[in-house]
Amino acid sequence: MICNEWREQFDAYVDDASAERGPDEFASLEEHLRSCPSCAAEALNRVQLKRATRAAAARYVPSPTFRLRIEKSIKPKRKLLWTAAWIPGLAGAIAAVLLVTVSALIWTRHVAHEEAVAQLLDMHIATLASPNPVDVVSTDRHTVKPWFQGKLPFTFNLPEFEYSPYKLLGGKLVYVHHSPAAQLLFELRKHDLSVFITQENQGAAFSGMGQSDMREKGFTVESWNQDGLRYVIVSDAGPTEVRALGDLLKSAARQ
Amino acid sequence: MADYAGDFGSFEDLAMPHFVRLYNFACWLTHDSVAAEDLVQETYMKALRGFSSFQQGTNFRAWMYRILRNTFLTSQTGLKAAATTDLDDERSPEPADELTPESILLARMEMETIQQALEALPVHFREIILLCDLEEMSYQEIGQALGIPAGTVMSRLSRARKAMRTLLIARMEGARQ
Ligand SMILES: [Zn+2]
Repeated sequence: MICNEWREQFDAYVDDASAERGPDEFASLEEHLRSCPSCAAEALNRVQLKRATRAAAARYVPSPTFRLRIEKSIKPKRKLLWTAAWIPGLAGAIAAVLLVTVSALIWTRHVAHEEAVAQLLDMHIATLASPNPVDVVSTDRHTVKPWFQGKLPFTFNLPEFEYSPYKLLGGKLVYVHHSPAAQLLFELRKHDLSVFITQENQGAAFSGMGQSDMREKGFTVESWNQDGLRYVIVSDAGPTEVRALGDLLKSAARQ
Repeated sequence: MADYAGDFGSFEDLAMPHFVRLYNFACWLTHDSVAAEDLVQETYMKALRGFSSFQQGTNFRAWMYRILRNTFLTSQTGLKAAATTDLDDERSPEPADELTPESILLARMEMETIQQALEALPVHFREIILLCDLEEMSYQEIGQALGIPAGTVMSRLSRARKAMRTLLIARMEGARQ
């Protein structure tokens, strides 16, 4: 074979395409290179050019602002809205509420057969979209708990949150199946959690709610009965975080 | 939010690691940072929309590059750029003048010279060299990104590199005179 024919293999050789062509592919080429200084020099040249091209081609770097723009544009809508909806008076608030409503609408359609869960999720989302998400704004359980007295036909205990990662934002009176209930709002890093507390006889409606279905939509639901009360947590946080808040609440209810 | 509505969460996880490289690639295609941003943005939007139809097991990176360069090539600047290329004249083998002394003294080659040569290449040559030398894609992956068979990848790459070497030699000789 003349040198020009050997050189037709140079590209594959330089690209180390042996993985695609078998390990012995270049054995005879290398034999020629050992006996032909001209081809050896040229092969070295091609390798160096490839390396230099790699260095020269990594040239442009996107701005952090642009990265942020892309990240925002490909993130699920609802997540963005929850952050935005939290800032009262924000210019985008109206649009945010509309989008949240649409999300809730789509969600509700999915779980029409699980009305109870859908209702709580709607309430959770509506709360987040509201400019005044809670009626009693306080991080202090000693303020939040007494606020419900006289408004609810039952009482409940709250644990100390000060040393937990969960931040109590406040609470409000809601109606679940036409009965008064407490909704407490918590924050965990970027996540929001609603805790609904109702009388246990109301809780029957929540049995068998499609938890796996919820998780599929990005929500976690955790519920339990304790001391004659029904607790339900709805959140976009993961199951572990939701369960941990549940454990915290359970510890207080027992006291 | 790892468990957020499955598909979208994983799109972000799959797509963002390629962001810097896709932007770099877009700049090489468009020669303009604003146009490159638009191109990358459009690519991510198209990919996000098409993600549900993305076949598991196909090469995600190649798929993203394919969307980007197809978007570019169907744009106005892209159509203009592509028109200058004598696309896939696959009548290899190369003419037999290959043994002319084409040793390039890389020790004396400025990075800028290589960048200028890359810029001067027709877009179909430039992109294949970037995918191969910078992104270090396999021939198979390049084929997927460009939508051409592996055999075509090899012949086009060979012609692209020859064009690149010719440009570099011309520049070095020009500099010497
Ligand atoms: Zn030789």
